[in-house]
Amino acid sequence: MKTVNGSFIRELLRQPACVIGLLIMLMVCLAAIAAPWLFPGDPWRMVAAPNLPPLSPGYIFGTDVLGRDVAAGIVHGARVSLLIGCVATLVAVLVGTVLGAFAGYYGGRIDDVIMRFTEIFQTIPSFLLALLLVAIFSPSVYSIVLAIAIVSWPSVTRLVRAEFMSIRTRDYVKAAIVGGQSGTRIVFSQILPNTLSPIVVISSLMVATAILLESAISFLGLGDRNMVSWGFMIGAGRTMIRQNWWLSAIPGMAIFLTVLALNFIGDGFNRALNPRTARKRKVARLIAAMEKGTS
Amino acid sequence: MERLIFLGGRSIKALLVVFAVIVINFMLIRAAPGDPASILAGEAGAADAAFMEQVRKEYGLDKPLPVQLGLYVRQLASFDFGNSYRENRPVKDIIIERLPATLLLTLSAFVASILIGISLGVAAARRAGTWVDSLITAVSLIFFAMPLFWIGLLAIVLFSVQLGWLPAYGMASVGAGLTGLEAVLDVAWHLILPACTLGLFYVAVYTRVTRASAIEVMEQDFVKTARSKGVSERRIWRHHVLRNAILPVITFGSLQAGHLIGGSVLIETVFAWPGIGRLAFDALFQRDYNLLLAIFFVSAMIVVFINLIADVLYTIADPRIELQT
Repeated sequence: MKTVNGSFIRELLRQPACVIGLLIMLMVCLAAIAAPWLFPGDPWRMVAAPNLPPLSPGYIFGTDVLGRDVAAGIVHGARVSLLIGCVATLVAVLVGTVLGAFAGYYGGRIDDVIMRFTEIFQTIPSFLLALLLVAIFSPSVYSIVLAIAIVSWPSVTRLVRAEFMSIRTRDYVKAAIVGGQSGTRIVFSQILPNTLSPIVVISSLMVATAILLESAISFLGLGDRNMVSWGFMIGAGRTMIRQNWWLSAIPGMAIFLTVLALNFIGDGFNRALNPRTARKRKVARLIAAMEKGTS
Repeated sequence: MERLIFLGGRSIKALLVVFAVIVINFMLIRAAPGDPASILAGEAGAADAAFMEQVRKEYGLDKPLPVQLGLYVRQLASFDFGNSYRENRPVKDIIIERLPATLLLTLSAFVASILIGISLGVAAARRAGTWVDSLITAVSLIFFAMPLFWIGLLAIVLFSVQLGWLPAYGMASVGAGLTGLEAVLDVAWHLILPACTLGLFYVAVYTRVTRASAIEVMEQDFVKTARSKGVSERRIWRHHVLRNAILPVITFGSLQAGHLIGGSVLIETVFAWPGIGRLAFDALFQRDYNLLLAIFFVSAMIVVFINLIADVLYTIADPRIELQT
């Protein structure tokens, strides 16, 4: 097991894009963890003269119309983006994996019902549904996580189902069936561990998508009012875009870099976990992440 | 015949989605905190008692849930979405008024992204491994990771504020009193920035998909055969590679429909484009849930319809396709 891990990490570090992605994510995570020490107190606080341009002494990213430190907002916003991105992905992956596992393992009627249900959620305009959910359950971290999870689980279900369908015919699964193991047990102890690598890859990409979704929701003003988020900062700076373009440009840059880094890491994981099939999988993964309908 | 069965199966699936959307709407109204009547009436809690009573009766809110659902289905089936309390007129009228602007915007974005995306993807695949390929791949990766609304804002700063080339807001010049061709050109002028921004993400998608599938197709035997027979490179690309490489693009085209509708909420808000996306944004903040739910329903219907068209296209473009439902 140890050698496997060693070669995995070596394989990751051999890819420049992936290393850059890992470094960016390390910085974002450190910023999120260290936010209370780097910029103590409420990031909404007014601390300086309004509309200071970037690189002003003491305020590297400048200040907004109310004299709030943009850098403090960026660092505290990293917490919201990561928190919502990771928790929403976790929920979506859990739900998607369980549904996909049962659909792929049992096939037949169960598969039919689960897949019809999945297709419905893949056809519905997801961003509108997310907005509706957040608006009706009133904006908060919980409703945003829930909304993002509800619109993102279907791609996991499809991926896991496809993996299960190919694995369930392998000899060791047949052996387990002959050995009298229960279906649930086979699903969780025999097949699931072997589908982990594609799940890991799709998860890292889903965190990226979740962060983009959260930023769009907050940009429209439906974010959690008690927390600064990058999307909200872009939206708040929008009215001043002609004079103080950096108020929107800087938080957008933060989103862009984080999402780009997560994409790099996802690609890197993919190559390191499936060295032989990575090239082929690139197209398949791209389609799996977004496709729907025919299967 | 086989094709008819296939399309029939697809239509049933489409109806299933429409019904699911109705159920979701129905559940959302009841899951929301507060009295469903006040949500259906519009303004939360501010409607007068007589009006609330009328709404309760109309939607059968005193009857058991299945009956309520039945009434709701009947209402939506006849495109009766009730009144927008804020605007004090039927939701249907408001949507019909705003829909053309959104259709114009999304269709333009769709066409632009397909044309640009396929061209870039082919350009990259033909020069696979060169700097042109790397550049196109890198740029598409970058646009893949940028928030749409942010690109819109940057585009306004660059093309409207700094360069002064394109208008930043709206769909037509205010008070210009243009008619005929001039009016059309004026709208086209206003359309460029929002449509390009909305299409950008899928330019990246189509570039990557076309590039990947063209490279895959190029390695196949029938292309080698054509080449060894001395068929010109141009002809090989036109008739052999492109035709096959374009198939995944159709799959993504139907996917894009849903994303375009969602994206139009953001883009219409950024560019003050007077369509249903902007309408949805306003409805969100005026708590006009009736209007919002209707927009959701209509958008879902449009997406379902486009998916059906994509299915038909697919059976035409690829006769080999397994017609399974």
